[in-house]
Amino acid sequence: MDSVVQLQRQLVDYSAQLFNEGFLDDQFNQLQQLQDESNPDFVVEVVTLFFEDSERLLDELAKALEQQSVDYRKIDAHVHQLKGSSSSIGAQRVQKVCIGFRNFCEERNIEGCQKCLQQVKHEYSLVKTKLETLFKLEQKILAAGGTIHWPM
Amino acid sequence: MASSSSSLPSMEFDFDEKPHVLAVDDSFIDRKVIERLLINSTCRVTTAENGKRALEYLGLADGQHPNHSDLKVNMIITDYSMPGMTGYELLKRIKESPTMKEIPVVVVSSENIPTRINQCMEGGAQEFLLKPLQLSDATKLRCHLKKLHNPLQGGFAGEDEHA
Repeated sequence: MDSVVQLQRQLVDYSAQLFNEGFLDDQFNQLQQLQDESNPDFVVEVVTLFFEDSERLLDELAKALEQQSVDYRKIDAHVHQLKGSSSSIGAQRVQKVCIGFRNFCEERNIEGCQKCLQQVKHEYSLVKTKLETLFKLEQKILAAGGTIHWPM
Repeated sequence: MASSSSSLPSMEFDFDEKPHVLAVDDSFIDRKVIERLLINSTCRVTTAENGKRALEYLGLADGQHPNHSDLKVNMIITDYSMPGMTGYELLKRIKESPTMKEIPVVVVSSENIPTRINQCMEGGAQEFLLKPLQLSDATKLRCHLKKLHNPLQGGFAGEDEHA
C-alpha cells in the first residue's frame, strides 16, 4: 500500500504528464481552483457532465454522417457544442480535433468529416481514461487522509 | 474618488444584499462553471438556458406585463451563440426595455470575431468576454457590479460615472 506522500508524488507526475502531452490545458486548473470545501465534487461533476454530453454528441455525429443526404449544418452544430464543452473543461486535444472538423464541415468534405469523427472519438476515449485514472488517484489520496492542491 | 453627494463609507455590498446575476447559456456545462465562478464571488445566481427563458424571467416576454417591483438583477451574462435567440438579440431586447435597460449586460463567446464584438458593444453591452471564462474574469465582472450599485440613487450609476 503506497503512502500518502508516494500517492501525492504519483498525482503530481501524472498530471504533469497529461499537461505535457496536451491532453489537458490550463482550463482544467481553472476548474480545480473553482472547487472548495463547500463544493468538493465540483470538478468530478462537471467532467461527468462532459462525458455524458460527449457520448451523446458522438452518437449523433455518427448517425448524421451515415445519412444519405448529409446535413452539414447539423453536424457543425454538434461539433461546435463538443468544441465548447471540451474547451470548458480543458480537454485540449479533443478541442483541437473539433476545430479541424468544423473546417471540413464548411467544405462539405465527407471524408474529412469521417476521419475527424474517428479522431475525435479516439481522443475522447483517451482523455476519459486519463481523467478517470486521475480522479481515482485523488480519491486514494483523500481516503488516506492526504490533501490535494491545484495547480500541481 | 470624489463623491460630493454621499456619506456612504464604501461601495461594497452588504453581505445580506448579495448581487444577483442572471446567467444565460444553452450549455449545461458552461452554466455550471459560470454559476460556480459567480457564487465564489459572493453573487446570487439564476441561470436560464436560452433567451426566451431569460426574457420570461425578466418579465419582458411577449404578452407579459412588466411587474418588476421585487425583481432585483444587478447584471446579466449571456452567451452569444444560442439557438432561437442570440445573445445579441437578447441584449437588444433588454436595452429596449424602459425598466431593464440600466442592467449591465456582459456577452460571452467562444469565438473571437471583431465584428461580433463591435456589434455587441454598440448594442450596449458592458463588456465582451471570451470563453472559457477564467477566475481572472470574475474580477472584471465584480467591477461592473460595483460601478452601478449606489443605494442612494436607486441602484444606478452615480453622476460621475457617466461618460
